[in-house]
Amino acid sequence: MNRPAASPERFRHLRASLRLWGETLRALARSPGAVAGGVLFALIIGTSICFQIFYTKDPLAQDLLARLTPPFWQEGGSLAYPLGTDNLGRDVLVRILYGSRVSLMVGFASVLVACGAGIALGLISGYYGGRTDSVIMRVADVFMAYPFMLLTISIIAVLGNSIFNLILVLGLSDWVTYARTIRGSVLSIKEKEFVLAARSVGTRNRVILLRHVFPNVLSPILVLGTVRVANIIIWESGLSFLGMGVPPPMPTWGRMLAEGRVYITDAWWLVTLPGLAIMLTILSINLLGDGLRDALDPRLRNIPG
Amino acid sequence: MWVVSSRMLSIRNLKTYFRTPKGLARAVDGVSLDIGPGEVVGVVGESGCGKSVMALSILGLLPRPPAYFAGGEILFNDQDLLKFKPDEMRRLRGNQISMIFQEPMSALNPVFTVGNQLQEVFQVHRNLGRAEALQNAIDMLAKVGVPAPERRVREYPYQLSGGMRQRVMIAMALACRPALLLADEPTTALDVSIQAQIIELMTALKEELDTAILLITHDLGVVAEITRRVAVMYTGKIMEEAPTLDLFDAPLHPYTRGLLTSIPRADASFETESLTEIKGVVPSVAALPPGYHFEPRCPEAIDICRAQAPALEEARPGHRVACWRAAHA
Repeated sequence: MNRPAASPERFRHLRASLRLWGETLRALARSPGAVAGGVLFALIIGTSICFQIFYTKDPLAQDLLARLTPPFWQEGGSLAYPLGTDNLGRDVLVRILYGSRVSLMVGFASVLVACGAGIALGLISGYYGGRTDSVIMRVADVFMAYPFMLLTISIIAVLGNSIFNLILVLGLSDWVTYARTIRGSVLSIKEKEFVLAARSVGTRNRVILLRHVFPNVLSPILVLGTVRVANIIIWESGLSFLGMGVPPPMPTWGRMLAEGRVYITDAWWLVTLPGLAIMLTILSINLLGDGLRDALDPRLRNIPG
Repeated sequence: MWVVSSRMLSIRNLKTYFRTPKGLARAVDGVSLDIGPGEVVGVVGESGCGKSVMALSILGLLPRPPAYFAGGEILFNDQDLLKFKPDEMRRLRGNQISMIFQEPMSALNPVFTVGNQLQEVFQVHRNLGRAEALQNAIDMLAKVGVPAPERRVREYPYQLSGGMRQRVMIAMALACRPALLLADEPTTALDVSIQAQIIELMTALKEELDTAILLITHDLGVVAEITRRVAVMYTGKIMEEAPTLDLFDAPLHPYTRGLLTSIPRADASFETESLTEIKGVVPSVAALPPGYHFEPRCPEAIDICRAQAPALEEARPGHRVACWRAAHA
């Protein structure tokens, strides 16, 4: 009950950063692009979580008599299969909905893994420099020199393919991009006079790194992160196509694209609709990311008074 | 003889060298300088003479490597700062010795409010809570003459003018009432009218807080305004050191005379006197000429200057000079 006096102090930086986020959110609300992106993205996330309440079909149930049924608005289509069926007579709509879970989860989780590792290593590498920097950057070079597909395939071959392994592999093969971007930004930021000024008033290295350097290198990472989510979703589809991704028969957007490719002349909806889902998701993330980058820059923020 | 009651900061034969790809750069090469409590000492010299490196050496802010201390000591209250551990040094910075920089535009973090950054100083050294630190920050801003400090603490650096930012920097530097303030060209980046205000502010705060100031500048006008003693530096060495009035009235070193005659004076007439320049340029500290470094540019050089650098000697009471002719005149 009687807490030590130092205890609130411990949450000081947390509160400071929460305040920063509050301001950022307010600035975000003023940008129409970010609002549109945010609403679309919330809709996509919401749908992918709750769709089973409204649409309870089995993504694996086959109806071979209704193979390659077109969407309902086309001749031959029916409301029983609103977005048509694939070559095995499976409902395309429900497969897209189920696929959204896998794609979004793999996309975000991998970016989080890569971002987390990349940011931490990049900050340390850039700020402390010297031998630490050399070691981290040489490891990064090794990762860069290794062909991504080969690395992924060999790791999956050893660990076996599961969603968890896929996230791990995609995350681990992508951390270098973040680490290098962060390191470069840190190298320029740490020479700024405000870092020297912070040191000249006795601020700890750790605090300088987290409070003075990190927020100033965040915006390239946000932009990069949103672009990488898109890339990861596409990589995931490539790996699924090779049979190295999410184990079949679980539907993913990538696999739907890969499988529908064969029927593109007869059944346009098999590739177009999952492709559209990918596009809308990535568009919403990018709009949100752009808005976030502007909102995080106080010079672009409109502060009343 | 110049006597200070107790030497608060005593730099003894400091040698700060840099290992560069082009060779050894002797940025500060055997500088000795004393600052007493509450004293204002000026260090003047052209760009690249090592004056900033000297200040950064005192605070231990130089990147090592490439910088290293080849010798000497920096005694602060009789403790050698060069022997301090990084954490001891960190506790000292901002608390007992602090620094203000030339460029107020880039010396504040753009993503945090002014109040946020001022608060940090109180939180680091005084272990104050947020609300208390904020109140202190507001008080400090009021003290450095920032109007409406309650509103200003919530503003970001880009919303302030250069003069205001320099005031904020001064507030940050003096927040914990340090015994010594290192001011590295605090007015160089400001308008002339703002310069006068900042100088006035520093003088007033110095009286109020009894802070000693080491003022580094190439502006002799500022030096004449507030310092009691001046050291003139050239290629990492002190050329002349004297009470300010003494130095302006009767400079002994040809280099000091060169500096003084190269600035316009209010009492000189345009017809009869023209400004003179010091011939040549400051040599890079990584590629110094052999012998005495100022000799090639000195209009009064004699034979011995070519062979050997003169030592800093007392020519008159309290007036030291490194010149073969002046010291033995």
